[in-house]
Amino acid sequence: MLQNNILTLNNISKSFSGIKVLEDVSLKIEKGKVHALMGENGAGKSTLMKILVGLLQADAGEILLEGEVISRLSVQAILGKGIAMIHQEILMVPELSVAQNIFLGKESHRFSWLNASEINHKSKQILADLKLNISPKIKVKNLSIADRQMVEIAKAISNRAKVIIMDEPTSALSEIEVVTLFGIIESLKNQGVAIIYISHKMDEIFKISDTITVLRDGKLISTKKAEEMDSQILIKLMVGREIAELFPTSNIEIGQTIISVKNLGRKNVFSDVNFEVKAGEVLGLAGLVGAGRSEIARAIAGLDKIDAGTIEIEGVETQLDSPSDAIKLGIGFVSEDRKALGFIPQMTIKDNISLSSLEVFSKMGFVNTKEEINSTQIVYNSLKVKASGFSQKVINLSGGNQQKVVIGKVLMSNPKIIIFDEPTRGIDVGAKFEIYKLINTLKAKGLAIILISSEMPEILGLCDRILVLSKGKQKAILSKSEASQEKIMQYAVH
Amino acid sequence: MPFINALRQYGIFLAFLLICCFLSYTSSQFLTVSNWTIIITQVSINALLAFGVTFVIITGGIDLSVGSIVAVAGVVAALLASQPDLPLIVSIFGGLLAGLVFGLLNGLIITKSKIAPFIVTLGIMTIGRGLALILSKGRPISNLSDSFNFIGGGDIFGIPFPIIILVIVFIISYLLLKNTVFGRYVYAIGGNEQAAWASGINVNKIKMAVYALCGTLAGLAGILLTSRITTGQPNAGAGFELDAIAAAIIGGTSTSGGTGTIAGTLIGALLIGVINNGLDLLNVSSYYQQVIMGAIIIGAVLLDSWNQKRLTS
Repeated sequence: MLQNNILTLNNISKSFSGIKVLEDVSLKIEKGKVHALMGENGAGKSTLMKILVGLLQADAGEILLEGEVISRLSVQAILGKGIAMIHQEILMVPELSVAQNIFLGKESHRFSWLNASEINHKSKQILADLKLNISPKIKVKNLSIADRQMVEIAKAISNRAKVIIMDEPTSALSEIEVVTLFGIIESLKNQGVAIIYISHKMDEIFKISDTITVLRDGKLISTKKAEEMDSQILIKLMVGREIAELFPTSNIEIGQTIISVKNLGRKNVFSDVNFEVKAGEVLGLAGLVGAGRSEIARAIAGLDKIDAGTIEIEGVETQLDSPSDAIKLGIGFVSEDRKALGFIPQMTIKDNISLSSLEVFSKMGFVNTKEEINSTQIVYNSLKVKASGFSQKVINLSGGNQQKVVIGKVLMSNPKIIIFDEPTRGIDVGAKFEIYKLINTLKAKGLAIILISSEMPEILGLCDRILVLSKGKQKAILSKSEASQEKIMQYAVH
Repeated sequence: MPFINALRQYGIFLAFLLICCFLSYTSSQFLTVSNWTIIITQVSINALLAFGVTFVIITGGIDLSVGSIVAVAGVVAALLASQPDLPLIVSIFGGLLAGLVFGLLNGLIITKSKIAPFIVTLGIMTIGRGLALILSKGRPISNLSDSFNFIGGGDIFGIPFPIIILVIVFIISYLLLKNTVFGRYVYAIGGNEQAAWASGINVNKIKMAVYALCGTLAGLAGILLTSRITTGQPNAGAGFELDAIAAAIIGGTSTSGGTGTIAGTLIGALLIGVINNGLDLLNVSSYYQQVIMGAIIIGAVLLDSWNQKRLTS
């Protein structure tokens, strides 16, 4: 038993400007096992992992790798000892090739003359071991997000990593790619590599982990074998209270058609998409990554131009040339990429919430600050954003709270339709539940809602009808009663 | 914490006060009305340019062409002011229009071609200098009307006219950036251009307006300079763009966009003026003045990046 522990964390504590973010956390990581680290955002998972890889120094406690103290080493030294992290945001040099990225920082050379064929050859070997069909010579910028993730893993393996930390590795992967990843994790386990796995997706956790540790408010709540847990217990441990029903049911009378899309198409992306959404209705868009779901959303929100078809809002055909056009017509869009498209990081919560509707609060170009504060305050309060105040900068909020601010901005512009693209990506259980409730509230108010999600339970739990896409083509529209995970997948893979 | 925050926000202002205290202690001439009138009058041209440049830098851009626009606008205004039969307003209007046209040209190329602002304004800087030389045939333009020369040299109740212009432009720029929809959009674009666009902001329109504003203010600065030296000089304003950028940066405008204030830029411009003036009073050679000025710019940016780190950690 003892020699199976490859990594030991003893009584780790850390404070930021007087606030304890980790308190006395001890963990043992076993060889050849997947150890899941669970907790809401702000529970201390990321801080703990940053300490582990040397990005941060703990205030107290020590870390032992195979009995050797590594807690005071530099990032490079810890990497050299065999602890690698696959980051949530992929860190690679886009202009360099796959092989150059894998061997970045440890290039093989003779008198500083790079040996390209050797690293290409070695990379090919590593990629083949992972059963990946990626050329080592292709530039990373030309790879899909999923492939980039796989290259990151290949890079970790090339470092002879004994412990690999994966932070939300599946957040950008399609179902099929997730299967590939899990296959790779399985083979890493067989080679004796220990894996620390961070994810908010319950089904994944139970599928692959051997041990589950729950952190809450910087404290270790429990470490148990996966088979001793179920999702109900796990959620309770994470949030510290019971969430009665993950998907609150709602019976809302469905009203007039708000949006009607006919033969919508964009060259080489999607074609012949037809649907309508009525007031008080949620339409789900399901499909694999790359099926064209987000692209349809972007077109309706005015971010991309369409080549074919029409969009009618309340029976009137519309011309959408920019996001500004869409917002004026009452189309709200919560993007899947909240960092890139959602908010202005250096601006305050108030300024972000009012950004799309600023002209409403202004006279002759001057902002009526009083009116702006009053109106945004109402939205801010109703969304229960966890922040030190209204004028906190959005950059300092957690992912879930940033998402609430983005939703607040969309609500401020008084939309008739809201498109939610992966609204709960990277968000903890508590905040997820609040977003589900919010979608139901908006539905009850008579808004038409389009929901895109890669999490099947969300699609099945929240949508009245589900449109399934595959490779840019509309395959089926299923009603809530006829939809099931199997049926959706069946259409999605065709 | 509140103290640290205040220090961070007003760090430059405190540094400015400290330097003023030091200079008034070491030089008896420093803290006199006549000396300060000189300082502010000298600062006024750089401050006008720096206000415009602040808007541009907050959107995440840069404008290297303002020095050349000073020359073109000055030459245009001087050509018109040297015609005895034309009223004053024509030459002022001509100078401002020249600045506006160059600003619009910057904005148009930047928004339509997506070429980096650094490159576009570098090109316009060279074109502008060439046009100033062409229009003036390479010679200084003198014999300007008395009314024109009043702009840079005259005073009202003892207050030099350039100071009055500076105060008015300061108030307008301050309100524009702080209290208008336009100002909010300027910050939003610099903070995250994609998100600003997705939030319904007409990014190209705002950027055009920002470069046009910067060009027009450079035009105004050109009129002021020409009037003060009572000659249209095609070589005037060379290197002014760097002083303007320095004032904005010392005043806390981040070159990565999204942050900065007009009040900060005014302090930045005053700081440069006070240091130059103080070093003159202390008989420090102008060679050393340049070294000191460079160190101050880097110090201000260090302060800024230290703040950024604190903010994100």
